[in-house]
Amino acid sequence: MAVTREVVRAQASEPSPPAFDIRRIREDFPILKQKVYGKPLVYLDNAATSQKPKAVIDALLRFYTQDCANVHRGVHLISERATQAFEETRLKVQRFLNAREWREIVFVRGTTEAINLVASTFGRKNVGAGDEVLITALEHHSNIVPWQILCEDKNARLRVAPINDRGELILEEFEKLLSPRTKIVAVAHVSNALGTVTPVREIVRMAHRQNVPVLVDGAQAAPHLKVDVQALDVEFYALSGHKLFGPTGIGVLYGKAKLLEAMPPYQGGGDMISSVTFEKTTYNTVPYKFEAGTPNIAAAIGLGAAIDYLNQVGLDAIAAYEHDLLAYATEAIAKIPGVRIIGNAREKAGVISFVMEGVHPHDAGTVLDQEGIAVRTGHHCAQPVMERFGVPATTRASLAFYNTKEEIDALVAGIHKVQEMFS
Amino acid sequence: MSELSGLYQEMILDHNRRPRNFRKMEGASREAKGYNPLCGDKLILYLKMDGDKISDISFEGSGCAISTASASILTEVIKGKTRAEAEALFDAFHDLVTGKGHGNGTGPQLGKLAVFSGVSEFPARVKCASLAWHTLHSALSGAGEVTSTE
Repeated sequence: MAVTREVVRAQASEPSPPAFDIRRIREDFPILKQKVYGKPLVYLDNAATSQKPKAVIDALLRFYTQDCANVHRGVHLISERATQAFEETRLKVQRFLNAREWREIVFVRGTTEAINLVASTFGRKNVGAGDEVLITALEHHSNIVPWQILCEDKNARLRVAPINDRGELILEEFEKLLSPRTKIVAVAHVSNALGTVTPVREIVRMAHRQNVPVLVDGAQAAPHLKVDVQALDVEFYALSGHKLFGPTGIGVLYGKAKLLEAMPPYQGGGDMISSVTFEKTTYNTVPYKFEAGTPNIAAAIGLGAAIDYLNQVGLDAIAAYEHDLLAYATEAIAKIPGVRIIGNAREKAGVISFVMEGVHPHDAGTVLDQEGIAVRTGHHCAQPVMERFGVPATTRASLAFYNTKEEIDALVAGIHKVQEMFS
Repeated sequence: MSELSGLYQEMILDHNRRPRNFRKMEGASREAKGYNPLCGDKLILYLKMDGDKISDISFEGSGCAISTASASILTEVIKGKTRAEAEALFDAFHDLVTGKGHGNGTGPQLGKLAVFSGVSEFPARVKCASLAWHTLHSALSGAGEVTSTE
């Protein structure tokens, strides 16, 4: 009962977010109003990149028309405004991920750079000959290749935890692969190719029992799930701004402060130093130690606007709406004869990957495109996943909270058209 | 004709459903592999050379309708051609699918290859149509490496 009362009080003290109004939300995304080939755009390629609300576009425009200056440098007013907006975004990201401290938020170009940063600093320092890095069979190339490069360099071994036929991580097998040789675990929170949500809490518990730190690739999770890095207890969490309705070229690495402090710098340059002489350089404190050079200031501020927008719509409302939409889409696509959904995990977010009998995904993509429907076809930068399911490629429809059931119906009609053409 | 039916002409759909010369060739004198990493298309071309002439040609592999039909039609039009004739056809075909020409200039007659004229409206699909031709080129030049469209 106490819990209920607390919830009620919380609702009473904060203005409750407005009800989820899909028509109003679509109005916020200018790009969705356009027609392609004379047909309304049905954008179902959100896992590749998501569209931007007007609030984000306006923030970019405002920065470049009013506040454009470099950060952490000038004493002049515009530089102060730019610095303030940039650093405010760091606080917004901190709250968004529920990080304990603002200095645990490092700005990077995107998830790929975040993972490369950890591999080439933490990894280089802590992984040695004979050690192991443990990943899963669900990973995007960006959570495979940086570790391969590291392992090759250090004579270490990359281990891969298998998945089952539903596309779920086999936890018992994962646990068996953990050993004193394991120096880091790197795992996707949501699979970009299949939509599988991985059990990060259990993964972290298992890894921590062996004192192994965990990096989570959250590129596909952050746009769909509420992420709480303290509750997950992960050491590192990576995400991309452009998949989170923000601009391209900005991403976030969350790292526990203690680990970030112990890590060597990533790139050398301006802003990452305290003092430089030709004899010795003293590095700046975290997070600046990892932010050499002028960052993508405008994009960071745009990401802050995207987070404000998401909070305003309401993360819980978004999750609930998407849950219904994914269930609707899954049912509608699964019942089309000749269509097989790849990846049927019990817990999924945002993605439906499928193959069609007798039709190559690339042909399906072209026909759907002519219907105004944007999907991704190919291996989705996850070739090992494709190999696991014995398909060269899939067609992937990936959802965002601005998609509608009518758009799913358009996709289903498009699939029928593809089948007619190639039957 | 809509752009889509211009791309997927009936002959292309037919060759996709029933590819011609689709077999592994025993005793091939040349062999080359082609790969399109973008969509995962893979094919192997087998050639039998009689001096400078391509006396027999076949292929195996998996790919989209455009790449499968292109390989199938290639085997039909290239059989009996000399190396120089084959290379000249490749040039004419390449001009056709990239929209640089329509094969009615001074080059060789395109014949049934003209069904690929619609590809030029779909820049993302040019690689699908030309994969088999790039692979043929590598088989003829004897590079012997996997030909990639990337």
